[in-house]
Amino acid sequence: MKPEFLEAIENADLPVKTKQQLQSYLENRDITEEKFTTILERVINEYQNTRIEACEAVGIIAAQSIGEPGTQMTMRTFHYAGVAEINVTLGLPRLIEIMDARKEPSTPTMTIYLQEEYADDRDRAREVSWQIEAAPLHEFGDIVIDMENMQIVVQLNPQVCEKRKIAVSDIVEIAPRKIRDRRHYRDFDHEVDEKGSMMLFMPKDRESYQNLFQLAEHVRNVIVQGIDDIERVVVRKESGEYILYTEGSNLKDVFEVDGVDTTRTRTNNISESAQVLGIEAARNAIIHEALSTLNEQGILVDVRHIMLVADMMCMEGEVKQIGRHGIAGEKESVLSRAAFEVTVNHLLDAAVANEVDELSGVTENVIVGQPIQLGTGDVKLIAKPMN
Amino acid sequence: MSLKLNVLEHVMVPDHQIMSEDEVQQLFSLYTISSEQLPKIYHDDPAVKVIGAKVGDVIRIVRMSHTAGRAESYRLVIKRPKK
Repeated sequence: MKPEFLEAIENADLPVKTKQQLQSYLENRDITEEKFTTILERVINEYQNTRIEACEAVGIIAAQSIGEPGTQMTMRTFHYAGVAEINVTLGLPRLIEIMDARKEPSTPTMTIYLQEEYADDRDRAREVSWQIEAAPLHEFGDIVIDMENMQIVVQLNPQVCEKRKIAVSDIVEIAPRKIRDRRHYRDFDHEVDEKGSMMLFMPKDRESYQNLFQLAEHVRNVIVQGIDDIERVVVRKESGEYILYTEGSNLKDVFEVDGVDTTRTRTNNISESAQVLGIEAARNAIIHEALSTLNEQGILVDVRHIMLVADMMCMEGEVKQIGRHGIAGEKESVLSRAAFEVTVNHLLDAAVANEVDELSGVTENVIVGQPIQLGTGDVKLIAKPMN
Repeated sequence: MSLKLNVLEHVMVPDHQIMSEDEVQQLFSLYTISSEQLPKIYHDDPAVKVIGAKVGDVIRIVRMSHTAGRAESYRLVIKRPKK
């Protein structure tokens, strides 16, 4: 292809993708200058025609385009599908969750990618998973309640500790501290015998069996290795590399773990994405989650509609829900807000605040019985007198 | 692992750049808008902290778009409102 053709394509008012497609199509073809000009002209024309018209109500088209196929989705809340034995909420409940911008999804899960040197070795991938999966103390040894002496005896198993790459000295330090800090249980004393891999826990009130058993429960379940929020980790091989899937999500702490690829690891918790990676990442997360939820159900919605929704949700710098606490509740027009939910409250507040409705939107104009300012309603004719 | 995580390297985070005064003026006159009409981004957003933008700056965001291949977007840095 002649260099001037390339330059002409580069300078044309077209999206990058279209330019690339045009370039690769013309690559090995022998075309004359004249033909090329016609082709480029037609492509530009075609592109201009496919663009949305100014004043088009894209919002309502998006609402309809997502809403109609949404009615076809399964409405059962308990409809789960397992990705590698990990349960994730799917279908309508998940879609509602995304649009409502919940702080915590009902089934938080992460997809953890590993750095190159860990990704193709199952044992090393497993090692990373131990750093992440929350492991309670009882997995590292035997816990016996000694009722005669009113104490709890923890006998750690050094082989297990070695296998899981955690030192006995770490466990004996972490366990009592975490019972106090994370589980908020402080009425106990403890003794440590590091050489014998032993720990003793004594309740402060040495008369009560109830306290002893309560303490035993805390000792058994205190998380000594891994990240507290991540209950389960599954290692899976996918397209040539090992990937970790988790139940529970904590992006910030997982990023701190050695071997985790911090450029690809993601969570399905959108507000967590927003907090750790920023609003633009949240926008991408909304698009990705909504699209994959819909596609999983065999529903094909054009990505433009979802992009519009994601853009609206992320306009103000934080993730806003689509509802009366978010986008719908912040509309300029009183009548439009009142038409959505909690009508009386909005009318009352607007009256108290002496609000004025400019009647520029669709809903307001329908309410007052005027033509809406869209399509033919948007055109105003001004007649000039002949003389 | 690096001491400080660079969020801009994450695949979900598009490129953020601070725009110069001239570029901002050009942008406003091209679309005949004012700064309040831009989408917002909080000053303590992780990506904003990485590039070191201040309140009042306009940030150009170069997204890898699903439809166009590459799309530019703009956000105004504002202070996070107190709850």
